[in-house]
Amino acid sequence: MIGFMHILRRELRLAWRGGTDAVIAVVFFVLAAILFPFGVGTDPGMLPRIGGGIIWVVALLAAMLSLERMFAGDYEDGSLDLLYLSSIPLGTLALAKAAAHWLTTGVLLLVSAPVLALLYNLPGEAIGALVASMLLGTPVLSLVGGIGAALTLGARRGGVLLALLILPLYIPVLIFGASAIDGAVAGRPIGSQLMVMGGFLLAALALAPWATAAALRQAIE
Amino acid sequence: MQGLTTHNLACVRGERAVFAGLDLAVKPGRAMLLSGSNGSGKSSLLRVLAGLLPAAHGHIDWAGEDVADDPDAHRARTAYVGHADPLKPSLTASENLEFWGRLYGLEPEVEAALCQFSIAGLADVPARYLSAGQKRRVNLSRLAIGQNSRNGPVLWLLDEPATGLDPGAVSILAHTILTHLSNEGVAIVSSHGGRLDELLEGKADHFSISARGS
Repeated sequence: MIGFMHILRRELRLAWRGGTDAVIAVVFFVLAAILFPFGVGTDPGMLPRIGGGIIWVVALLAAMLSLERMFAGDYEDGSLDLLYLSSIPLGTLALAKAAAHWLTTGVLLLVSAPVLALLYNLPGEAIGALVASMLLGTPVLSLVGGIGAALTLGARRGGVLLALLILPLYIPVLIFGASAIDGAVAGRPIGSQLMVMGGFLLAALALAPWATAAALRQAIE
Repeated sequence: MQGLTTHNLACVRGERAVFAGLDLAVKPGRAMLLSGSNGSGKSSLLRVLAGLLPAAHGHIDWAGEDVADDPDAHRARTAYVGHADPLKPSLTASENLEFWGRLYGLEPEVEAALCQFSIAGLADVPARYLSAGQKRRVNLSRLAIGQNSRNGPVLWLLDEPATGLDPGAVSILAHTILTHLSNEGVAIVSSHGGRLDELLEGKADHFSISARGS
Protein backbone atom coordinates (compact mmCIF):
# COMPACT_ATOMS: atom_id res chain seq x y z
CA MET A 1 0.00 0.00 0.00
CA ILE A 2 2.87 2.35 0.85
CA GLY A 3 4.48 1.39 -2.43
CA PHE A 4 1.22 2.04 -4.28
CA MET A 5 0.93 5.56 -2.86
CA HIS A 6 4.62 6.21 -3.47
CA ILE A 7 4.36 5.35 -7.16
CA LEU A 8 1.00 7.09 -7.56
CA ARG A 9 2.40 10.30 -6.08
CA ARG A 10 5.38 10.15 -8.44
CA GLU A 11 3.13 9.57 -11.47
CA LEU A 12 0.86 12.48 -10.56
CA ARG A 13 3.83 14.74 -10.03
CA LEU A 14 5.25 13.71 -13.40
CA ALA A 15 1.88 14.34 -15.06
CA TRP A 16 1.64 17.74 -13.39
CA ARG A 17 5.16 18.75 -14.43
CA GLY A 18 4.76 17.17 -17.86
CA GLY A 19 1.78 19.40 -18.45
CA THR A 20 0.32 18.95 -21.89
CA ASP A 21 -0.13 15.17 -22.20
CA ALA A 22 -3.27 14.91 -20.11
CA VAL A 23 -4.71 18.14 -21.47
CA ILE A 24 -4.25 16.89 -25.03
CA ALA A 25 -6.56 13.94 -24.37
CA VAL A 26 -9.32 16.22 -23.09
CA VAL A 27 -8.91 18.75 -25.88
CA PHE A 28 -9.10 15.89 -28.38
CA PHE A 29 -12.22 14.58 -26.62
CA VAL A 30 -14.05 17.91 -26.81
CA LEU A 31 -12.85 18.78 -30.29
CA ALA A 32 -13.71 15.42 -31.86
CA ALA A 33 -17.15 15.42 -30.25
CA ILE A 34 -17.79 18.92 -31.60
CA LEU A 35 -16.86 17.78 -35.14
CA PHE A 36 -19.71 15.26 -35.44
CA PRO A 37 -22.61 17.76 -35.68
CA PHE A 38 -20.78 19.45 -38.56
CA GLY A 39 -20.76 16.14 -40.40
CA VAL A 40 -24.15 14.67 -39.59
CA GLY A 41 -26.18 17.88 -39.38
CA THR A 42 -27.79 19.61 -36.44
CA ASP A 43 -31.32 18.16 -36.52
CA PRO A 44 -32.36 18.68 -32.87
CA GLY A 45 -34.31 15.41 -32.89
CA MET A 46 -31.34 13.38 -34.06
CA LEU A 47 -28.50 14.74 -31.89
CA PRO A 48 -29.83 13.43 -28.55
CA ARG A 49 -30.31 10.00 -30.15
CA ILE A 50 -26.71 9.68 -31.36
CA GLY A 51 -25.05 11.91 -28.72
CA GLY A 52 -24.49 9.27 -26.04
CA GLY A 53 -22.85 6.85 -28.45
CA ILE A 54 -20.62 9.52 -29.99
CA ILE A 55 -19.44 10.84 -26.63
CA TRP A 56 -18.53 7.32 -25.55
CA VAL A 57 -16.70 6.45 -28.79
CA VAL A 58 -14.70 9.66 -28.61
CA ALA A 59 -13.94 9.02 -24.92
CA LEU A 60 -12.47 5.59 -25.83
CA LEU A 61 -10.23 7.17 -28.45
CA ALA A 62 -9.17 9.99 -26.13
CA ALA A 63 -8.26 7.54 -23.38
CA MET A 64 -6.12 5.65 -25.90
CA LEU A 65 -4.01 8.73 -26.67
CA SER A 66 -2.12 8.80 -23.40
CA LEU A 67 -2.00 5.02 -22.87
CA GLU A 68 1.10 4.44 -24.93
CA ARG A 69 3.26 6.43 -22.52
CA MET A 70 2.02 4.59 -19.42
CA PHE A 71 5.11 2.36 -19.19
CA ALA A 72 7.15 3.49 -22.20
CA GLY A 73 9.17 6.15 -20.35
CA ASP A 74 10.09 3.77 -17.55
CA TYR A 75 10.96 1.07 -20.07
CA GLU A 76 13.27 3.31 -22.07
CA ASP A 77 15.25 4.84 -19.20
CA GLY A 78 15.70 1.62 -17.22
CA SER A 79 13.32 2.65 -14.45
CA LEU A 80 11.21 -0.44 -15.11
CA ASP A 81 14.16 -2.69 -14.18
CA LEU A 82 14.58 -0.88 -10.89
CA LEU A 83 10.85 -0.88 -10.18
CA TYR A 84 10.87 -4.63 -10.77
CA LEU A 85 13.87 -5.10 -8.46
CA SER A 86 12.17 -3.19 -5.63
CA SER A 87 10.05 -4.98 -3.07
CA ILE A 88 6.86 -3.71 -4.72
CA PRO A 89 5.02 -6.36 -6.76
CA LEU A 90 4.51 -5.60 -10.47
CA GLY A 91 0.75 -5.95 -9.94
CA THR A 92 0.83 -3.04 -7.48
CA LEU A 93 2.86 -1.04 -9.98
CA ALA A 94 0.26 -1.80 -12.69
CA LEU A 95 -2.57 -0.75 -10.40
CA ALA A 96 -0.80 2.49 -9.42
CA LYS A 97 -0.09 3.30 -13.07
CA ALA A 98 -3.72 2.65 -14.04
CA ALA A 99 -4.93 4.78 -11.12
CA ALA A 100 -2.65 7.61 -12.21
CA HIS A 101 -3.84 7.29 -15.80
CA TRP A 102 -7.45 7.45 -14.65
CA LEU A 103 -6.85 10.46 -12.42
CA THR A 104 -5.06 12.37 -15.17
CA THR A 105 -7.27 11.31 -18.10
CA GLY A 106 -10.49 9.57 -17.02
CA VAL A 107 -11.46 12.17 -14.45
CA LEU A 108 -10.91 15.01 -16.92
CA LEU A 109 -13.08 13.21 -19.50
CA LEU A 110 -15.70 12.68 -16.82
CA VAL A 111 -15.74 16.37 -15.93
CA SER A 112 -15.93 17.61 -19.50
CA ALA A 113 -18.56 15.06 -20.64
CA PRO A 114 -21.59 16.99 -19.25
CA VAL A 115 -20.57 20.02 -21.32
CA LEU A 116 -20.63 17.87 -24.44
CA ALA A 117 -23.97 16.44 -23.33
CA LEU A 118 -25.43 19.96 -23.38
CA LEU A 119 -23.96 20.43 -26.83
CA TYR A 120 -25.83 17.34 -28.03
CA ASN A 121 -29.02 18.55 -26.38
CA LEU A 122 -29.22 15.47 -24.12
CA PRO A 123 -32.08 15.65 -21.57
CA GLY A 124 -31.20 16.03 -17.89
CA GLU A 125 -31.67 12.38 -16.96
CA ALA A 126 -29.38 11.33 -19.77
CA ILE A 127 -26.63 13.60 -18.44
CA GLY A 128 -26.88 11.79 -15.13
CA ALA A 129 -26.67 8.45 -16.95
CA LEU A 130 -23.67 9.67 -18.96
CA VAL A 131 -21.78 10.73 -15.84
CA ALA A 132 -22.68 7.52 -13.98
CA SER A 133 -21.68 5.28 -16.89
CA MET A 134 -18.42 7.16 -17.39
CA LEU A 135 -17.67 7.00 -13.69
CA LEU A 136 -17.87 3.21 -13.90
CA GLY A 137 -16.46 2.86 -17.42
CA THR A 138 -13.40 5.12 -17.57
CA PRO A 139 -11.47 3.23 -14.84
CA VAL A 140 -11.98 0.09 -16.94
CA LEU A 141 -10.41 1.89 -19.90
CA SER A 142 -7.31 2.69 -17.81
CA LEU A 143 -7.03 -0.78 -16.29
CA VAL A 144 -7.52 -2.74 -19.52
CA GLY A 145 -5.44 -0.20 -21.42
CA GLY A 146 -2.55 -0.93 -19.07
CA ILE A 147 -2.42 -4.50 -20.39
CA GLY A 148 -2.03 -3.20 -23.93
CA ALA A 149 0.52 -0.60 -22.90
CA ALA A 150 2.63 -3.30 -21.25
CA LEU A 151 2.24 -5.77 -24.13
CA THR A 152 3.38 -3.27 -26.75
CA LEU A 153 6.54 -2.20 -24.87
CA GLY A 154 9.52 -2.38 -27.17
CA ALA A 155 7.37 -2.90 -30.27
CA ARG A 156 7.88 -0.74 -33.32
CA ARG A 157 4.85 1.47 -33.97
CA GLY A 158 3.58 0.43 -30.58
CA GLY A 159 0.84 3.05 -30.63
CA VAL A 160 -0.92 1.54 -33.64
CA LEU A 161 -0.51 -1.97 -32.28
CA LEU A 162 -1.90 -0.79 -28.96
CA ALA A 163 -5.05 0.52 -30.65
CA LEU A 164 -5.55 -2.76 -32.52
CA LEU A 165 -5.13 -4.75 -29.33
CA ILE A 166 -7.17 -2.65 -26.96
CA LEU A 167 -10.06 -1.17 -28.94
CA PRO A 168 -11.81 -4.56 -29.34
CA LEU A 169 -11.56 -5.03 -25.58
CA TYR A 170 -13.26 -1.67 -25.08
CA ILE A 171 -16.36 -2.72 -27.05
CA PRO A 172 -18.33 -4.11 -24.05
CA VAL A 173 -17.82 -0.86 -22.14
CA LEU A 174 -18.97 1.10 -25.20
CA ILE A 175 -22.09 -1.06 -25.68
CA PHE A 176 -23.30 -0.78 -22.11
CA GLY A 177 -22.23 2.84 -21.67
CA ALA A 178 -24.05 4.00 -24.79
CA SER A 179 -27.04 1.81 -23.99
CA ALA A 180 -27.36 3.36 -20.52
CA ILE A 181 -27.55 6.84 -22.05
CA ASP A 182 -29.99 5.68 -24.77
CA GLY A 183 -32.16 4.13 -22.10
CA ALA A 184 -32.19 7.35 -20.09
CA VAL A 185 -33.11 9.39 -23.19
CA ALA A 186 -36.01 7.02 -23.88
CA GLY A 187 -37.08 7.12 -20.21
CA ARG A 188 -36.29 3.45 -19.48
CA PRO A 189 -34.64 2.27 -16.24
CA ILE A 190 -30.86 1.91 -16.65
CA GLY A 191 -29.97 0.06 -13.45
CA SER A 192 -29.07 -3.14 -15.24
CA GLN A 193 -26.59 -1.46 -17.63
CA LEU A 194 -24.86 0.31 -14.75
CA MET A 195 -24.68 -2.92 -12.79
CA VAL A 196 -23.06 -4.73 -15.71
CA MET A 197 -20.55 -1.88 -15.98
CA GLY A 198 -19.89 -2.13 -12.26
CA GLY A 199 -19.21 -5.81 -12.87
CA PHE A 200 -16.75 -4.94 -15.65
CA LEU A 201 -14.98 -2.58 -13.27
CA LEU A 202 -14.66 -5.20 -10.53
CA ALA A 203 -13.44 -7.82 -13.00
CA ALA A 204 -10.91 -5.37 -14.47
CA LEU A 205 -9.70 -4.39 -10.99
CA ALA A 206 -9.09 -8.04 -10.15
CA LEU A 207 -7.65 -9.28 -13.44
CA ALA A 208 -6.04 -6.38 -15.31
CA PRO A 209 -3.16 -5.67 -12.86
CA TRP A 210 -2.31 -9.34 -12.88
CA ALA A 211 -2.29 -9.52 -16.69
CA THR A 212 -0.35 -6.25 -16.92
CA ALA A 213 2.25 -7.61 -14.48
CA ALA A 214 2.73 -10.71 -16.64
CA ALA A 215 3.18 -8.53 -19.73
CA LEU A 216 5.68 -6.30 -17.89
CA ARG A 217 7.66 -9.34 -16.82
CA GLN A 218 7.93 -10.31 -20.48
CA ALA A 219 9.06 -6.81 -21.43
CA ILE A 220 11.79 -6.78 -18.77
CA GLU A 221 13.22 -10.05 -20.10
CA MET B 1 30.88 -20.50 0.99
CA GLN B 2 30.08 -16.86 1.75
CA GLY B 3 29.45 -14.41 -1.05
CA LEU B 4 28.08 -15.13 -4.48
CA THR B 5 28.70 -18.26 -6.50
CA THR B 6 27.22 -19.49 -9.74
CA HIS B 7 27.20 -23.07 -10.91
CA ASN B 8 27.07 -24.02 -14.58
CA LEU B 9 25.11 -20.85 -15.31
CA ALA B 10 23.72 -20.43 -18.83
CA CYS B 11 21.70 -17.70 -20.50
CA VAL B 12 19.70 -18.05 -23.69
CA ARG B 13 18.30 -15.06 -25.54
CA GLY B 14 16.07 -15.61 -28.55
CA GLU B 15 17.23 -19.25 -28.92
CA ARG B 16 20.86 -18.10 -29.01
CA ALA B 17 23.11 -19.14 -26.15
CA VAL B 18 24.78 -16.00 -24.80
CA PHE B 19 26.97 -17.90 -22.38
CA ALA B 20 26.95 -21.38 -20.86
CA GLY B 21 28.70 -23.39 -18.18
CA LEU B 22 29.68 -20.30 -16.25
CA ASP B 23 31.16 -20.84 -12.77
CA LEU B 24 31.84 -17.69 -10.82
CA ALA B 25 32.74 -17.09 -7.20
CA VAL B 26 33.05 -13.75 -5.44
CA LYS B 27 33.88 -13.57 -1.74
CA PRO B 28 32.66 -10.79 0.56
CA GLY B 29 35.03 -7.84 0.40
CA ARG B 30 36.06 -8.64 -3.15
CA ALA B 31 35.10 -7.20 -6.50
CA MET B 32 34.81 -9.10 -9.75
CA LEU B 33 35.72 -7.27 -12.94
CA LEU B 34 33.95 -8.76 -15.95
CA SER B 35 35.66 -8.35 -19.27
CA GLY B 36 34.77 -9.53 -22.73
CA SER B 37 34.16 -8.13 -26.16
CA ASN B 38 30.89 -6.47 -27.18
CA GLY B 39 28.07 -8.99 -27.18
CA SER B 40 29.97 -11.50 -25.07
CA GLY B 41 27.18 -11.40 -22.49
CA LYS B 42 28.48 -9.15 -19.70
CA SER B 43 25.23 -7.24 -19.48
CA SER B 44 23.18 -10.42 -19.76
CA LEU B 45 25.18 -12.00 -16.95
CA LEU B 46 24.59 -9.01 -14.69
CA ARG B 47 20.88 -9.08 -15.54
CA VAL B 48 20.72 -12.79 -14.75
CA LEU B 49 22.53 -12.20 -11.45
CA ALA B 50 20.08 -9.40 -10.60
CA GLY B 51 17.12 -11.63 -11.38
CA LEU B 52 15.98 -9.53 -14.33
CA LEU B 53 16.62 -12.39 -16.75
CA PRO B 54 15.93 -16.04 -16.02
CA ALA B 55 18.89 -18.42 -16.13
CA ALA B 56 18.43 -21.12 -18.77
CA HIS B 57 20.56 -23.56 -16.76
CA GLY B 58 22.43 -23.67 -13.50
CA HIS B 59 21.84 -21.71 -10.35
CA ILE B 60 23.10 -18.73 -8.39
CA ASP B 61 23.94 -19.14 -4.70
CA TRP B 62 24.31 -16.50 -2.04
CA ALA B 63 26.08 -17.76 1.09
CA GLY B 64 25.41 -21.30 -0.10
CA GLU B 65 21.65 -20.84 -0.58
CA ASP B 66 20.03 -20.83 -4.01
CA VAL B 67 18.73 -17.28 -4.57
CA ALA B 68 15.72 -18.68 -6.47
CA ASP B 69 14.45 -20.03 -3.12
CA ASP B 70 13.93 -16.52 -1.79
CA PRO B 71 13.78 -13.97 -4.63
CA ASP B 72 12.58 -11.17 -2.33
CA ALA B 73 15.66 -11.46 -0.13
CA HIS B 74 17.85 -11.45 -3.23
CA ARG B 75 16.20 -8.26 -4.49
CA ALA B 76 16.67 -6.62 -1.10
CA ARG B 77 20.39 -7.34 -1.14
CA THR B 78 20.97 -6.26 -4.74
CA ALA B 79 21.75 -2.84 -6.18
CA TYR B 80 21.74 -2.81 -9.97
CA VAL B 81 23.12 -0.05 -12.18
CA GLY B 82 22.33 -0.63 -15.85
CA HIS B 83 23.24 1.19 -19.05
CA ALA B 84 20.49 3.78 -18.81
CA ASP B 85 20.11 6.41 -16.11
CA PRO B 86 16.61 6.01 -14.64
CA LEU B 87 15.99 9.70 -14.08
CA LYS B 88 12.78 11.50 -14.96
CA PRO B 89 13.56 14.69 -16.92
CA SER B 90 10.95 16.81 -15.15
CA LEU B 91 12.02 15.84 -11.61
CA THR B 92 15.04 17.40 -9.95
CA ALA B 93 18.13 15.36 -9.17
CA SER B 94 17.20 15.13 -5.49
CA GLU B 95 13.57 14.22 -6.23
CA ASN B 96 14.71 11.43 -8.52
CA LEU B 97 17.12 10.11 -5.90
CA GLU B 98 14.61 10.37 -3.10
CA PHE B 99 12.05 8.37 -5.11
CA TRP B 100 14.45 5.49 -5.64
CA GLY B 101 15.69 5.59 -2.06
CA ARG B 102 12.22 5.40 -0.57
CA LEU B 103 11.06 2.81 -3.09
CA TYR B 104 13.80 0.54 -1.81
CA GLY B 105 12.82 1.17 1.79
CA LEU B 106 15.98 3.11 2.61
CA GLU B 107 16.25 6.38 4.49
CA PRO B 108 17.52 8.55 1.68
CA GLU B 109 20.08 11.09 2.79
CA VAL B 110 19.96 12.74 -0.58
CA GLU B 111 22.19 15.70 0.28
CA ALA B 112 25.00 13.51 1.55
CA ALA B 113 24.78 11.18 -1.41
CA LEU B 114 24.91 14.02 -3.94
CA CYS B 115 27.77 15.57 -1.96
CA GLN B 116 29.69 12.32 -2.16
CA PHE B 117 29.59 12.49 -5.95
CA SER B 118 30.29 16.26 -5.78
CA ILE B 119 27.06 17.31 -7.43
CA ALA B 120 25.38 18.87 -4.38
CA GLY B 121 24.95 22.05 -6.43
CA LEU B 122 22.70 20.20 -8.88
CA ALA B 123 20.19 19.00 -6.27
CA ASP B 124 17.42 21.33 -7.45
CA VAL B 125 18.14 21.14 -11.16
CA PRO B 126 15.60 19.18 -13.24
CA ALA B 127 17.26 16.11 -14.72
CA ARG B 128 16.55 17.29 -18.27
CA TYR B 129 19.20 20.00 -17.88
CA LEU B 130 21.91 17.59 -16.72
CA SER B 131 24.68 16.38 -19.00
CA ALA B 132 25.19 12.65 -19.59
CA GLY B 133 28.02 12.51 -17.05
CA GLN B 134 26.03 14.42 -14.45
CA LYS B 135 23.07 12.06 -14.94
CA ARG B 136 25.39 9.14 -14.41
CA ARG B 137 26.67 10.72 -11.19
CA VAL B 138 23.10 11.14 -9.94
CA ASN B 139 22.36 7.52 -10.86
CA LEU B 140 25.49 6.33 -9.02
CA SER B 141 24.48 8.40 -5.98
CA ARG B 142 21.88 5.67 -5.44
CA LEU B 143 24.78 3.48 -4.35
CA ALA B 144 25.82 6.08 -1.79
CA ILE B 145 22.28 6.17 -0.40
CA GLY B 146 22.31 2.40 0.04
CA GLN B 147 25.75 2.60 1.60
CA ASN B 148 24.67 5.17 4.19
CA SER B 149 21.56 3.19 5.18
CA ARG B 150 21.57 0.44 7.73
CA ASN B 151 19.79 -2.07 5.50
CA GLY B 152 21.51 -1.10 2.26
CA PRO B 153 22.22 -3.66 -0.46
CA VAL B 154 25.28 -5.90 -0.12
CA LEU B 155 25.57 -7.05 -3.70
CA TRP B 156 26.37 -4.35 -6.25
CA LEU B 157 25.93 -5.21 -9.92
CA LEU B 158 27.37 -2.41 -12.03
CA ASP B 159 27.13 -2.51 -15.81
CA GLU B 160 29.91 -0.29 -17.19
CA PRO B 161 29.38 2.26 -14.42
CA ALA B 162 32.19 4.56 -15.53
CA THR B 163 30.62 5.34 -18.92
CA GLY B 164 30.54 9.10 -19.45
CA LEU B 165 32.36 9.92 -16.19
CA ASP B 166 35.32 12.27 -16.01
CA PRO B 167 38.50 11.05 -14.23
CA GLY B 168 37.51 12.78 -10.99
CA ALA B 169 34.16 11.01 -10.92
CA VAL B 170 35.81 7.68 -11.69
CA SER B 171 38.00 8.13 -8.61
CA ILE B 172 34.94 8.90 -6.51
CA LEU B 173 33.21 5.81 -7.88
CA ALA B 174 36.27 3.66 -7.18
CA HIS B 175 36.46 5.07 -3.65
CA THR B 176 32.76 4.31 -3.12
CA ILE B 177 33.20 0.75 -4.34
CA LEU B 178 36.30 0.25 -2.17
CA THR B 179 34.40 1.49 0.91
CA HIS B 180 31.64 -0.95 0.03
CA LEU B 181 34.16 -3.78 -0.21
CA SER B 182 35.75 -2.86 3.11
CA ASN B 183 32.27 -3.29 4.66
CA GLU B 184 32.28 -6.90 3.44
CA GLY B 185 30.19 -6.00 0.41
CA VAL B 186 30.39 -7.68 -2.98
CA ALA B 187 30.66 -5.84 -6.29
CA ILE B 188 30.50 -7.27 -9.78
CA VAL B 189 31.52 -4.71 -12.36
CA SER B 190 31.61 -5.02 -16.12
CA SER B 191 34.15 -2.86 -17.86
CA HIS B 192 36.42 -2.52 -20.85
CA GLY B 193 39.46 -1.87 -18.75
CA GLY B 194 40.52 1.66 -17.91
CA ARG B 195 41.02 3.75 -14.84
CA LEU B 196 38.32 2.16 -12.72
CA ASP B 197 39.94 -1.26 -13.13
CA GLU B 198 43.33 0.16 -12.13
CA LEU B 199 41.91 1.82 -9.03
CA LEU B 200 40.18 -1.40 -7.94
CA GLU B 201 43.25 -3.52 -8.59
CA GLY B 202 44.27 -5.44 -5.51
CA LYS B 203 40.69 -5.82 -4.32
CA ALA B 204 39.42 -7.28 -7.55
CA ASP B 205 39.50 -10.54 -9.45
CA HIS B 206 39.19 -10.71 -13.20
CA PHE B 207 36.80 -12.82 -15.15
CA SER B 208 36.68 -12.99 -18.92
CA ILE B 209 33.39 -14.16 -20.34
CA SER B 210 34.32 -14.63 -23.96
CA ALA B 211 37.02 -17.16 -23.00
CA ARG B 212 34.48 -19.40 -21.27
CA GLY B 213 31.37 -18.71 -23.27
CA SER B 214 32.59 -19.62 -26.73
